[in-house]
Amino acid sequence: MVYVTSQRKDIVRNEGFRTVIIMKIDFSGLESTAPLCGASSEMFDGFSTSPSFQIPDTTDFDDFQKEAIQMVKPAKGTTTLAFIFKEGVMVAADSRASMGGYISSQSVKKIIEINPYMLGTMAGGAADCQFWHRNLGIKCRLHELANKRRISVTGASKLLANILYSYRGMGLSVGTMIAGWDEKGPGLYYVDSEGGRLKGTKFSVGSGSPYAYGVLDSGYRYDMTIEEAAELARRSIYHATFRDGASGGVASGMLCFIMWDQPDGRSYLVMTLGNFTICTIQLNQPLSSRRCPKLEFLCYSI
Amino acid sequence: MTKQQANWSPYDNNGGTCVAIAGADYCVIAADTRMSTGYSILTRDYSKICKLADKCVMASSGFQADVKALQKVLSARHLIYQHQHNKQMSCPAMGQLLSNTLYYKRFFPYYSFNVLGGLDNEGKGCVYTYDAVGSYERVGYSSQGSGATLITPFLDNQLKSPSPLLLPAKDAVTPLSETEAIDLVKTCFASATERDIYTGDKLEIVVLNADGIRREYMELRKD
Repeated sequence: MVYVTSQRKDIVRNEGFRTVIIMKIDFSGLESTAPLCGASSEMFDGFSTSPSFQIPDTTDFDDFQKEAIQMVKPAKGTTTLAFIFKEGVMVAADSRASMGGYISSQSVKKIIEINPYMLGTMAGGAADCQFWHRNLGIKCRLHELANKRRISVTGASKLLANILYSYRGMGLSVGTMIAGWDEKGPGLYYVDSEGGRLKGTKFSVGSGSPYAYGVLDSGYRYDMTIEEAAELARRSIYHATFRDGASGGVASGMLCFIMWDQPDGRSYLVMTLGNFTICTIQLNQPLSSRRCPKLEFLCYSI
Repeated sequence: MTKQQANWSPYDNNGGTCVAIAGADYCVIAADTRMSTGYSILTRDYSKICKLADKCVMASSGFQADVKALQKVLSARHLIYQHQHNKQMSCPAMGQLLSNTLYYKRFFPYYSFNVLGGLDNEGKGCVYTYDAVGSYERVGYSSQGSGATLITPFLDNQLKSPSPLLLPAKDAVTPLSETEAIDLVKTCFASATERDIYTGDKLEIVVLNADGIRREYMELRKD
Protein backbone atom coordinates (compact mmCIF):
# COMPACT_ATOMS: atom_id res chain seq x y z
CA MET A 1 0.00 0.00 0.00
CA VAL A 2 1.56 3.26 -0.99
CA TYR A 3 1.04 6.49 0.83
CA VAL A 4 2.59 9.88 0.83
CA THR A 5 4.90 10.57 3.72
CA SER A 6 7.78 12.92 3.06
CA GLN A 7 7.49 16.57 2.41
CA ARG A 8 9.03 16.09 -1.01
CA LYS A 9 6.23 13.65 -1.60
CA ASP A 10 8.18 10.74 -3.05
CA ILE A 11 6.15 7.60 -3.00
CA VAL A 12 7.83 5.55 -0.29
CA ARG A 13 7.17 1.90 0.07
CA ASN A 14 6.64 0.42 3.47
CA GLU A 15 9.63 -1.80 3.47
CA GLY A 16 12.43 0.47 2.31
CA PHE A 17 13.94 3.84 3.02
CA ARG A 18 16.52 5.77 1.04
CA THR A 19 20.02 4.72 1.99
CA VAL A 20 22.63 7.38 2.70
CA ILE A 21 26.10 7.14 1.31
CA ILE A 22 28.59 6.55 4.12
CA MET A 23 31.98 8.15 4.32
CA LYS A 24 34.86 7.66 6.72
CA ILE A 25 36.41 10.61 8.48
CA ASP A 26 40.18 10.60 8.30
CA PHE A 27 41.39 10.52 11.87
CA SER A 28 44.98 9.71 11.00
CA GLY A 29 46.14 13.12 12.17
CA LEU A 30 45.09 12.29 15.69
CA GLU A 31 47.14 9.15 15.92
CA SER A 32 50.42 9.24 17.71
CA THR A 33 51.83 6.03 16.24
CA ALA A 34 51.39 5.82 12.50
CA PRO A 35 53.31 3.42 10.26
CA LEU A 36 56.40 5.14 8.83
CA CYS A 37 56.17 3.60 5.42
CA GLY A 38 53.22 2.90 3.22
CA ALA A 39 53.47 -0.85 3.46
CA SER A 40 51.38 -2.35 6.19
CA SER A 41 51.37 -5.91 7.39
CA GLU A 42 48.42 -7.85 8.62
CA MET A 43 49.66 -7.57 12.16
CA PHE A 44 49.39 -3.82 12.19
CA ASP A 45 46.19 -3.57 10.24
CA GLY A 46 43.90 -4.13 13.18
CA PHE A 47 45.72 -1.57 15.32
CA SER A 48 46.36 1.17 12.82
CA THR A 49 42.89 1.32 11.35
CA SER A 50 41.37 4.43 12.81
CA PRO A 51 37.99 4.21 14.47
CA SER A 52 35.42 5.56 12.16
CA PHE A 53 31.74 6.19 12.24
CA GLN A 54 29.31 6.64 9.47
CA ILE A 55 28.51 10.14 8.52
CA PRO A 56 26.39 11.41 5.68
CA ASP A 57 27.92 12.52 2.44
CA THR A 58 27.45 16.23 2.84
CA THR A 59 29.63 19.25 3.51
CA ASP A 60 27.07 21.10 5.61
CA PHE A 61 26.66 19.08 8.76
CA ASP A 62 24.37 21.54 10.50
CA ASP A 63 21.74 21.64 7.81
CA PHE A 64 21.84 17.94 7.21
CA GLN A 65 20.10 17.47 10.54
CA LYS A 66 17.40 19.89 9.48
CA GLU A 67 16.95 18.06 6.20
CA ALA A 68 16.60 14.73 7.95
CA ILE A 69 13.94 16.12 10.25
CA GLN A 70 12.14 17.66 7.30
CA MET A 71 12.06 14.31 5.58
CA VAL A 72 10.22 12.59 8.36
CA LYS A 73 8.22 15.62 9.41
CA PRO A 74 4.52 15.01 9.22
CA ALA A 75 3.54 16.97 6.18
CA LYS A 76 0.00 17.71 5.18
CA GLY A 77 -1.31 17.75 8.71
CA THR A 78 -4.59 16.07 8.06
CA THR A 79 -6.27 12.73 7.62
CA THR A 80 -8.53 11.99 4.71
CA LEU A 81 -9.61 8.69 3.33
CA ALA A 82 -11.85 7.26 0.66
CA PHE A 83 -12.76 3.77 -0.43
CA ILE A 84 -15.03 2.05 -2.90
CA PHE A 85 -17.41 -0.59 -1.70
CA LYS A 86 -20.53 -2.32 -2.91
CA GLU A 87 -22.90 0.57 -2.37
CA GLY A 88 -20.71 3.42 -3.58
CA VAL A 89 -17.75 5.51 -2.59
CA MET A 90 -17.21 6.47 1.05
CA VAL A 91 -15.25 9.64 1.74
CA ALA A 92 -14.20 10.85 5.17
CA ALA A 93 -11.89 13.52 6.58
CA ASP A 94 -10.96 15.28 9.78
CA SER A 95 -11.45 19.02 10.08
CA ARG A 96 -8.33 20.51 11.58
CA ALA A 97 -6.25 23.18 9.85
CA SER A 98 -2.86 24.05 11.29
CA MET A 99 -0.36 26.82 10.62
CA GLY A 100 2.87 25.39 11.91
CA GLY A 101 2.02 24.49 15.48
CA TYR A 102 -1.01 26.72 15.80
CA ILE A 103 -4.42 25.32 15.02
CA SER A 104 -6.02 27.88 12.80
CA SER A 105 -9.36 26.20 12.49
CA GLN A 106 -11.18 23.19 13.91
CA SER A 107 -14.00 23.27 11.42
CA VAL A 108 -12.46 23.22 8.00
CA LYS A 109 -14.47 21.46 5.30
CA LYS A 110 -11.98 19.13 3.74
CA ILE A 111 -14.50 17.43 1.51
CA ILE A 112 -15.25 19.72 -1.40
CA GLU A 113 -18.08 19.34 -3.88
CA ILE A 114 -16.71 19.62 -7.36
CA ASN A 115 -20.15 19.01 -8.84
CA PRO A 116 -23.26 17.11 -7.76
CA TYR A 117 -21.74 13.70 -8.40
CA MET A 118 -18.05 14.25 -7.65
CA LEU A 119 -16.20 15.06 -4.48
CA GLY A 120 -12.63 16.03 -3.75
CA THR A 121 -10.71 15.82 -0.51
CA MET A 122 -8.30 18.42 0.72
CA ALA A 123 -4.84 17.73 2.09
CA GLY A 124 -1.84 20.02 1.92
CA GLY A 125 -2.27 23.72 1.28
CA ALA A 126 -5.84 24.73 2.00
CA ALA A 127 -5.90 27.57 -0.50
CA ASP A 128 -4.31 25.41 -3.20
CA CYS A 129 -6.89 22.66 -2.74
CA GLN A 130 -9.86 25.01 -2.55
CA PHE A 131 -8.85 26.99 -5.60
CA TRP A 132 -7.94 24.08 -7.85
CA HIS A 133 -10.99 22.05 -6.93
CA ARG A 134 -13.19 25.00 -7.79
CA ASN A 135 -11.27 25.41 -11.03
CA LEU A 136 -11.78 21.71 -11.74
CA GLY A 137 -15.51 22.12 -11.16
CA ILE A 138 -15.57 24.89 -13.74
CA LYS A 139 -13.70 22.75 -16.26
CA CYS A 140 -16.05 19.80 -15.64
CA ARG A 141 -19.05 22.04 -16.23
CA LEU A 142 -17.54 23.35 -19.45
CA HIS A 143 -16.94 19.77 -20.55
CA GLU A 144 -20.60 18.97 -19.91
CA LEU A 145 -21.73 21.93 -21.93
CA ALA A 146 -19.36 21.20 -24.78
CA ASN A 147 -19.97 17.46 -24.97
CA LYS A 148 -23.56 17.11 -23.74
CA ARG A 149 -22.56 14.46 -21.24
CA ARG A 150 -21.03 14.41 -17.80
CA ILE A 151 -17.31 14.08 -17.48
CA SER A 152 -15.99 10.78 -16.16
CA VAL A 153 -14.04 10.58 -12.90
CA THR A 154 -11.06 9.45 -14.99
CA GLY A 155 -11.32 12.56 -17.10
CA ALA A 156 -11.76 14.92 -14.20
CA SER A 157 -8.80 13.50 -12.30
CA LYS A 158 -6.69 13.70 -15.46
CA LEU A 159 -7.59 17.37 -15.91
CA LEU A 160 -6.53 18.13 -12.36
CA ALA A 161 -3.34 16.05 -12.57
CA ASN A 162 -2.26 17.82 -15.75
CA ILE A 163 -2.81 21.25 -14.22
CA LEU A 164 -0.85 20.32 -11.10
CA TYR A 165 1.95 18.81 -13.18
CA SER A 166 2.36 22.06 -15.05
CA TYR A 167 2.93 23.82 -11.71
CA ARG A 168 5.35 21.19 -10.53
CA GLY A 169 8.27 22.51 -8.53
CA MET A 170 6.60 25.85 -7.81
CA GLY A 171 5.56 25.00 -4.30
CA LEU A 172 1.94 23.95 -4.60
CA SER A 173 0.98 21.40 -2.00
CA VAL A 174 -2.04 19.32 -2.92
CA GLY A 175 -2.81 15.73 -1.95
CA THR A 176 -6.32 15.04 -3.04
CA MET A 177 -8.66 12.23 -3.89
CA ILE A 178 -11.28 12.60 -6.59
CA ALA A 179 -14.24 10.36 -5.84
CA GLY A 180 -17.39 10.09 -7.87
CA TRP A 181 -19.82 8.23 -10.01
CA ASP A 182 -19.82 8.05 -13.73
CA GLU A 183 -21.20 5.71 -16.36
CA LYS A 184 -18.74 3.02 -15.38
CA GLY A 185 -19.79 3.10 -11.75
CA PRO A 186 -17.84 4.37 -8.77
CA GLY A 187 -14.42 5.89 -9.40
CA LEU A 188 -11.63 6.90 -7.06
CA TYR A 189 -8.35 8.55 -7.99
CA TYR A 190 -5.51 9.94 -5.93
CA VAL A 191 -3.93 13.10 -7.40
CA ASP A 192 -1.07 15.08 -5.94
CA SER A 193 0.86 18.25 -6.62
CA GLU A 194 3.83 16.41 -8.10
CA GLY A 195 1.52 15.38 -10.91
CA GLY A 196 1.05 11.85 -9.63
CA ARG A 197 -2.27 10.20 -10.36
CA LEU A 198 -3.26 6.76 -9.15
CA LYS A 199 -6.43 4.79 -9.65
CA GLY A 200 -7.49 2.65 -6.75
CA THR A 201 -10.17 1.34 -4.47
CA LYS A 202 -8.81 2.53 -1.15
CA PHE A 203 -6.71 5.59 -0.28
CA SER A 204 -5.76 7.60 2.73
CA VAL A 205 -3.82 10.86 2.52
CA GLY A 206 -2.13 13.01 5.10
CA SER A 207 -0.03 12.83 8.23
CA GLY A 208 -2.59 10.64 9.95
CA SER A 209 -2.90 8.26 7.02
CA PRO A 210 -0.70 5.47 8.44
CA TYR A 211 -3.01 5.19 11.41
CA ALA A 212 -6.09 5.36 9.26
CA TYR A 213 -4.74 2.70 6.90
CA GLY A 214 -4.22 0.33 9.78
CA VAL A 215 -7.84 0.43 10.82
CA LEU A 216 -9.18 0.69 7.29
CA ASP A 217 -7.24 -2.25 5.91
CA SER A 218 -8.18 -4.56 8.74
CA GLY A 219 -11.87 -3.76 8.62
CA TYR A 220 -12.48 -3.43 4.91
CA ARG A 221 -14.74 -5.75 2.96
CA TYR A 222 -16.19 -5.00 -0.43
CA ASP A 223 -19.70 -6.09 0.49
CA MET A 224 -20.39 -3.88 3.46
CA THR A 225 -23.64 -2.15 4.11
CA ILE A 226 -23.79 1.61 4.21
CA GLU A 227 -23.83 1.67 7.99
CA GLU A 228 -20.87 -0.65 8.26
CA ALA A 229 -18.86 1.38 5.78
CA ALA A 230 -19.71 4.61 7.56
CA GLU A 231 -18.71 3.12 10.88
CA LEU A 232 -15.43 1.87 9.42
CA ALA A 233 -14.61 5.27 7.94
CA ARG A 234 -15.52 7.01 11.18
CA ARG A 235 -13.37 4.66 13.27
CA SER A 236 -10.41 5.08 10.92
CA ILE A 237 -10.54 8.84 11.19
CA TYR A 238 -11.00 8.59 14.94
CA HIS A 239 -7.90 6.46 15.40
CA ALA A 240 -5.88 8.78 13.19
CA THR A 241 -6.96 11.87 15.10
CA PHE A 242 -6.28 10.07 18.36
CA ARG A 243 -2.64 9.44 17.54
CA ASP A 244 -1.74 12.17 15.11
CA GLY A 245 -1.37 15.64 16.58
CA ALA A 246 -1.92 17.38 13.31
CA SER A 247 -5.31 15.79 12.72
CA GLY A 248 -8.37 16.36 14.74
CA GLY A 249 -10.96 18.94 15.35
CA VAL A 250 -13.75 19.14 17.84
CA ALA A 251 -16.48 18.60 15.32
CA SER A 252 -14.42 16.53 13.01
CA GLY A 253 -15.26 13.77 10.67
CA MET A 254 -17.64 14.51 7.90
CA LEU A 255 -18.86 11.55 6.04
CA CYS A 256 -20.66 11.48 2.83
CA PHE A 257 -20.88 9.20 -0.06
CA ILE A 258 -22.34 9.08 -3.46
CA MET A 259 -24.77 6.57 -4.75
CA TRP A 260 -25.54 6.38 -8.37
CA ASP A 261 -28.69 6.65 -10.37
CA GLN A 262 -31.51 4.61 -9.10
CA PRO A 263 -33.87 3.09 -11.66
CA ASP A 264 -35.94 6.24 -11.57
CA GLY A 265 -32.99 8.14 -13.04
CA ARG A 266 -32.07 10.23 -10.02
CA SER A 267 -28.81 10.31 -8.14
CA TYR A 268 -28.71 10.34 -4.41
CA LEU A 269 -26.26 11.84 -2.06
CA VAL A 270 -26.47 10.08 1.24
CA MET A 271 -24.95 11.47 4.37
CA THR A 272 -24.62 10.05 7.77
CA LEU A 273 -25.37 12.14 10.78
CA GLY A 274 -23.96 11.90 14.25
CA ASN A 275 -26.12 9.08 15.41
CA PHE A 276 -26.27 7.34 12.08
CA THR A 277 -29.63 8.28 10.85
CA ILE A 278 -29.26 8.15 7.17
CA CYS A 279 -30.61 11.10 5.37
CA THR A 280 -31.27 10.95 1.68
CA ILE A 281 -31.11 14.02 -0.42
CA GLN A 282 -32.44 13.69 -3.89
CA LEU A 283 -30.49 15.47 -6.52
CA ASN A 284 -33.26 15.80 -8.99
CA GLN A 285 -30.95 16.97 -11.68
CA PRO A 286 -31.37 16.18 -15.33
CA LEU A 287 -28.27 15.71 -17.43
CA SER A 288 -27.97 19.39 -18.18
CA SER A 289 -27.68 20.02 -14.48
CA ARG A 290 -27.25 23.49 -13.12
CA ARG A 291 -24.95 24.50 -10.30
CA CYS A 292 -24.15 22.32 -7.34
CA PRO A 293 -26.96 22.17 -4.83
CA LYS A 294 -26.06 23.54 -1.47
CA LEU A 295 -24.98 20.50 0.47
CA GLU A 296 -25.13 20.80 4.21
CA PHE A 297 -22.29 18.82 5.60
CA LEU A 298 -23.19 17.82 9.06
CA CYS A 299 -20.31 17.32 11.39
CA TYR A 300 -20.20 15.23 14.46
CA SER A 301 -17.46 14.98 16.99
CA ILE A 302 -15.05 12.17 17.25
CA MET B 1 32.13 29.86 -0.25
CA THR B 2 28.81 30.48 1.46
CA LYS B 3 25.80 31.55 -0.57
CA GLN B 4 24.80 35.18 -0.33
CA GLN B 5 21.41 35.59 1.25
CA ALA B 6 19.00 38.26 0.09
CA ASN B 7 19.16 41.21 2.45
CA TRP B 8 16.11 43.03 1.21
CA SER B 9 12.66 41.67 1.75
CA PRO B 10 9.68 43.05 -0.15
CA TYR B 11 7.52 42.48 2.92
CA ASP B 12 7.22 44.13 6.31
CA ASN B 13 4.86 43.41 9.14
CA ASN B 14 2.95 46.41 10.40
CA GLY B 15 1.27 44.48 13.17
CA GLY B 16 -2.24 44.96 14.44
CA THR B 17 -5.18 42.76 15.20
CA CYS B 18 -8.64 42.36 13.70
CA VAL B 19 -11.71 40.64 15.05
CA ALA B 20 -15.15 39.99 13.62
CA ILE B 21 -18.24 38.45 15.18
CA ALA B 22 -21.41 37.48 13.33
CA GLY B 23 -24.79 37.72 14.98
CA ALA B 24 -28.33 36.80 14.01
CA ASP B 25 -28.96 40.12 12.29
CA TYR B 26 -25.78 42.12 12.78
CA CYS B 27 -22.06 41.87 12.30
CA VAL B 28 -19.32 43.49 14.37
CA ILE B 29 -15.91 44.12 12.85
CA ALA B 30 -13.14 45.68 14.91
CA ALA B 31 -9.47 46.47 14.53
CA ASP B 32 -6.91 48.46 16.47
CA THR B 33 -5.41 51.57 14.89
CA ARG B 34 -1.73 51.15 15.63
CA MET B 35 0.69 50.79 12.74
CA SER B 36 4.20 49.68 13.65
CA THR B 37 7.41 48.54 12.05
CA GLY B 38 9.88 46.54 14.09
CA TYR B 39 9.84 48.13 17.54
CA SER B 40 8.74 51.56 16.34
CA ILE B 41 5.25 52.96 16.04
CA LEU B 42 4.62 54.66 12.72
CA THR B 43 1.24 56.07 13.63
CA ARG B 44 -1.44 55.64 16.27
CA ASP B 45 -4.32 56.50 14.02
CA TYR B 46 -4.41 54.18 11.01
CA SER B 47 -7.65 52.49 10.02
CA LYS B 48 -7.38 48.85 9.02
CA ILE B 49 -11.05 48.58 8.17
CA CYS B 50 -12.37 49.18 4.68
CA LYS B 51 -15.95 49.24 3.47
CA LEU B 52 -16.09 47.26 0.26
CA ALA B 53 -19.86 47.23 -0.32
CA ASP B 54 -23.02 48.33 1.46
CA LYS B 55 -23.20 45.06 3.35
CA CYS B 56 -19.60 44.06 3.36
CA VAL B 57 -16.63 45.31 5.39
CA MET B 58 -13.09 44.00 5.44
CA ALA B 59 -10.49 44.29 8.18
CA SER B 60 -6.90 43.31 7.45
CA SER B 61 -3.69 43.10 9.40
CA GLY B 62 -0.20 42.37 8.15
CA PHE B 63 1.67 44.46 5.63
CA GLN B 64 -0.44 47.58 5.14
CA ALA B 65 0.97 48.42 1.71
CA ASP B 66 -0.30 45.09 0.42
CA VAL B 67 -3.57 45.66 2.29
CA LYS B 68 -3.99 49.05 0.60
CA ALA B 69 -3.32 47.51 -2.82
CA LEU B 70 -5.78 44.70 -2.11
CA GLN B 71 -8.47 47.16 -1.02
CA LYS B 72 -7.98 49.14 -4.23
CA VAL B 73 -8.26 46.02 -6.39
CA LEU B 74 -11.43 44.89 -4.63
CA SER B 75 -13.06 48.33 -4.78
CA ALA B 76 -12.32 48.55 -8.49
CA ARG B 77 -13.76 45.09 -9.11
CA HIS B 78 -16.82 46.01 -7.08
CA LEU B 79 -17.35 49.11 -9.19
CA ILE B 80 -17.18 47.03 -12.37
CA TYR B 81 -19.68 44.58 -10.87
CA GLN B 82 -22.05 47.43 -10.07
CA HIS B 83 -21.84 48.69 -13.64
CA GLN B 84 -22.47 45.25 -15.07
CA HIS B 85 -25.19 44.01 -12.71
CA ASN B 86 -26.79 47.21 -11.48
CA LYS B 87 -26.61 46.15 -7.86
CA GLN B 88 -24.19 45.89 -4.95
CA MET B 89 -22.15 42.76 -4.39
CA SER B 90 -23.39 40.49 -1.63
CA CYS B 91 -21.05 39.48 1.16
CA PRO B 92 -20.69 35.82 0.05
CA ALA B 93 -19.88 37.00 -3.46
CA MET B 94 -17.27 39.41 -2.15
CA GLY B 95 -15.91 36.56 -0.04
CA GLN B 96 -15.31 34.46 -3.13
CA LEU B 97 -13.84 37.43 -4.99
CA LEU B 98 -11.38 38.10 -2.20
CA SER B 99 -10.33 34.45 -2.15
CA ASN B 100 -9.67 34.43 -5.88
CA THR B 101 -7.85 37.76 -5.76
CA LEU B 102 -5.55 36.44 -3.06
CA TYR B 103 -4.91 33.17 -4.87
CA TYR B 104 -4.03 34.85 -8.16
CA LYS B 105 -0.97 36.12 -6.33
CA ARG B 106 -0.16 32.65 -5.05
CA PHE B 107 3.52 32.89 -5.98
CA PHE B 108 4.06 36.42 -4.65
CA PRO B 109 1.33 36.72 -2.04
CA TYR B 110 -0.36 39.70 -0.52
CA TYR B 111 0.98 39.70 3.02
CA SER B 112 -2.43 40.40 4.40
CA PHE B 113 -4.49 38.48 6.93
CA ASN B 114 -8.09 39.35 6.30
CA VAL B 115 -11.39 39.05 7.97
CA LEU B 116 -14.50 39.87 5.98
CA GLY B 117 -17.72 40.70 7.76
CA GLY B 118 -21.18 41.60 6.64
CA LEU B 119 -24.74 40.50 6.13
CA ASP B 120 -25.59 37.69 3.80
CA ASN B 121 -28.54 37.62 1.40
CA GLU B 122 -30.93 36.66 4.19
CA GLY B 123 -29.81 39.46 6.47
CA LYS B 124 -27.92 37.20 8.87
CA GLY B 125 -24.45 38.15 9.99
CA CYS B 126 -21.61 36.40 8.24
CA VAL B 127 -17.87 36.39 8.82
CA TYR B 128 -15.30 34.95 6.44
CA THR B 129 -11.77 34.32 7.60
CA TYR B 130 -8.81 34.05 5.24
CA ASP B 131 -5.20 33.04 5.19
CA ALA B 132 -2.63 34.94 3.13
CA VAL B 133 -3.20 32.97 -0.08
CA GLY B 134 -6.96 32.82 -0.18
CA SER B 135 -8.16 29.76 1.68
CA TYR B 136 -11.40 30.83 3.30
CA GLU B 137 -14.20 29.61 5.45
CA ARG B 138 -17.43 31.03 6.76
CA VAL B 139 -17.39 31.11 10.55
CA GLY B 140 -19.29 32.67 13.40
CA TYR B 141 -16.34 34.69 14.67
CA SER B 142 -12.72 35.14 13.80
CA SER B 143 -9.56 36.98 14.70
CA GLN B 144 -6.43 37.67 12.62
CA GLY B 145 -3.17 39.46 13.19
CA SER B 146 -0.54 39.68 15.89
CA GLY B 147 -3.02 39.41 18.75
CA ALA B 148 -5.03 36.60 17.18
CA THR B 149 -3.35 33.86 19.21
CA LEU B 150 -4.42 35.72 22.34
CA ILE B 151 -7.98 36.56 21.30
CA THR B 152 -9.07 33.37 19.54
CA PRO B 153 -8.89 31.10 22.59
CA PHE B 154 -10.96 33.61 24.53
CA LEU B 155 -13.59 33.79 21.80
CA ASP B 156 -13.62 29.98 21.59
CA ASN B 157 -14.35 29.90 25.28
CA GLN B 158 -17.18 32.44 25.03
CA LEU B 159 -18.73 31.67 21.70
CA LYS B 160 -17.85 28.25 20.46
CA SER B 161 -20.80 25.92 20.35
CA PRO B 162 -20.29 22.59 22.07
CA SER B 163 -20.05 19.38 20.15
CA PRO B 164 -23.17 18.56 18.13
CA LEU B 165 -23.42 15.22 19.89
CA LEU B 166 -24.21 16.97 23.14
CA LEU B 167 -26.38 19.73 21.82
CA PRO B 168 -28.06 20.24 18.49
CA ALA B 169 -25.88 21.91 15.91
CA LYS B 170 -26.09 25.67 15.87
CA ASP B 171 -25.97 28.12 13.02
CA ALA B 172 -22.81 29.94 12.13
CA VAL B 173 -23.96 32.88 14.26
CA THR B 174 -23.66 33.63 17.91
CA PRO B 175 -26.59 33.88 20.28
CA LEU B 176 -25.36 37.22 21.62
CA SER B 177 -27.17 40.50 21.23
CA GLU B 178 -25.50 43.38 19.46
CA THR B 179 -24.50 45.27 22.59
CA GLU B 180 -23.15 42.10 24.19
CA ALA B 181 -21.06 41.40 21.12
CA ILE B 182 -19.60 44.92 21.09
CA ASP B 183 -18.81 44.60 24.76
CA LEU B 184 -17.10 41.28 24.12
CA VAL B 185 -14.97 42.80 21.39
CA LYS B 186 -13.89 45.64 23.65
CA THR B 187 -12.91 43.13 26.32
CA CYS B 188 -10.90 41.12 23.78
CA PHE B 189 -8.88 44.10 22.70
CA ALA B 190 -8.35 45.40 26.20
CA SER B 191 -6.78 42.05 27.11
CA ALA B 192 -4.82 41.67 23.89
CA THR B 193 -3.35 45.16 24.34
CA GLU B 194 -1.95 44.11 27.70
CA ARG B 195 0.07 41.28 26.25
CA ASP B 196 0.80 42.13 22.61
CA ILE B 197 3.13 44.99 21.84
CA TYR B 198 1.72 45.56 18.37
CA THR B 199 -1.84 46.08 19.54
CA GLY B 200 -3.06 49.23 21.23
CA ASP B 201 -3.72 52.98 20.89
CA LYS B 202 -7.32 52.99 19.75
CA LEU B 203 -9.97 50.48 18.79
CA GLU B 204 -12.20 51.09 15.81
CA ILE B 205 -15.49 49.15 15.80
CA VAL B 206 -17.78 48.94 12.81
CA VAL B 207 -21.27 47.52 13.24
CA LEU B 208 -23.38 46.43 10.28
CA ASN B 209 -27.05 45.77 10.66
CA ALA B 210 -30.30 46.28 8.84
CA ASP B 211 -30.17 50.00 9.64
CA GLY B 212 -26.81 50.46 7.98
CA ILE B 213 -23.24 50.91 9.10
CA ARG B 214 -22.18 52.54 12.37
CA ARG B 215 -18.69 53.32 13.61
CA GLU B 216 -17.48 53.71 17.16
CA TYR B 217 -14.13 54.15 18.88
CA MET B 218 -12.60 53.15 22.17
CA GLU B 219 -9.28 54.23 23.64
CA LEU B 220 -6.72 51.54 24.37
CA ARG B 221 -3.39 51.63 26.16
CA LYS B 222 -0.80 53.63 24.31
CA ASP B 223 2.32 51.98 25.69
